[in-house]
Amino acid sequence: MINYFNPNNTLKIINKVQKFVFALFIIVLLLGLVEALVLSPEDYKQSDSVRIMYVHVPSAWISLGIFSVISILSFGVFIFKNKNFSLITKSLAPSGFVFSIIALVTGSIWGKPTWGTWWAWDARITSMLLLSIFYLLFITSWKITTDTSKAEKISSIIAIIGLINIPVIKFSVEWWNTLHQPASVKILEETTIHSSMLTPLAIMTAAFALFSLLIFLMKYNTELLKIKNKGLNRL
Amino acid sequence: MYGKKVKFRAFFIFLILISLVLTIFLVVKSLEENVVYFKSPTDIKNLNEIKNAQKIRVGGMVKKNSIKINDKEIFFVITDFKNELLVNFNGSVPNLFEEGKGVVAEGFLKDKSFLNADKILAKHDENYMPPEVSEAMKNN
Repeated sequence: MINYFNPNNTLKIINKVQKFVFALFIIVLLLGLVEALVLSPEDYKQSDSVRIMYVHVPSAWISLGIFSVISILSFGVFIFKNKNFSLITKSLAPSGFVFSIIALVTGSIWGKPTWGTWWAWDARITSMLLLSIFYLLFITSWKITTDTSKAEKISSIIAIIGLINIPVIKFSVEWWNTLHQPASVKILEETTIHSSMLTPLAIMTAAFALFSLLIFLMKYNTELLKIKNKGLNRL
Repeated sequence: MYGKKVKFRAFFIFLILISLVLTIFLVVKSLEENVVYFKSPTDIKNLNEIKNAQKIRVGGMVKKNSIKINDKEIFFVITDFKNELLVNFNGSVPNLFEEGKGVVAEGFLKDKSFLNADKILAKHDENYMPPEVSEAMKNN
């Protein structure tokens, strides 16, 4: 049986997968950009500013998804002291943080021409800002202490607390009156985005997911190399 | 199956989570007024007293055929299809401000049926479609 917990084996696999993911990301991104910027139609009300949505919505989805994964793995880090999980959460955080910032910034750029304001303290936008702050706390908790077991403890508690914020972000637009519109892509009901606009949205989501995976693999690779350099041959 | 320490940590994090969820729920419940970005005309009607000095946001639909513009001001009616509120505003409105579409007006209430707005925000709904589709839907 392959020893997955031997960094040497994992490193070899990661290097192969990384190249494949990179190539796939470039292809999907190009396809997505052509769909989003050229082939898809303009909106009947927002005209061309609808194209901001193809960056805004995937970024928001992915930053929420990554935080959920970090939170769930953090239970394993905190309760079972799983070292591998803590390396995974640590490597996932940067791309999630960047995407949460991208979602906020693109939302702001879209808000000015459509709503007439850059920023509103409504429940959706505020809870999304809170998500960025949780990401920032999670990342800094690894930077401020050199004691790994301490950092694991603090960061996993931050991620677990932040998990409460995830359903608040998702349902804020249904629970309270917000300036932000309710979800257009729904699981149980019919989607309210025309199919010609849904295609670029789906492709861009795939592209951003691949990008997160790529950054994750690179970070995870570095973490494993660090362990290898310490002279340990297993986690 | 698991050691004592693992069980203790699981219990500890479970306790933290439960108490946090409870606290946040209570805080949000008591701050409901502030979590809500705008009030509907019905909420305004049900207010016990009007604080003239306090800024307030009212949201709803711009009533069809209610927009009147003179040289200085614009008048329109916000409706939630139960109650209505007359709004006046002087300044430029966002591009998406339109009859039959969502709007949020921020300003001071004169009485329960009149708002002196100093800011107008257009609310966008969750529908996205090309112009041709929108035209076709109108014709149906």
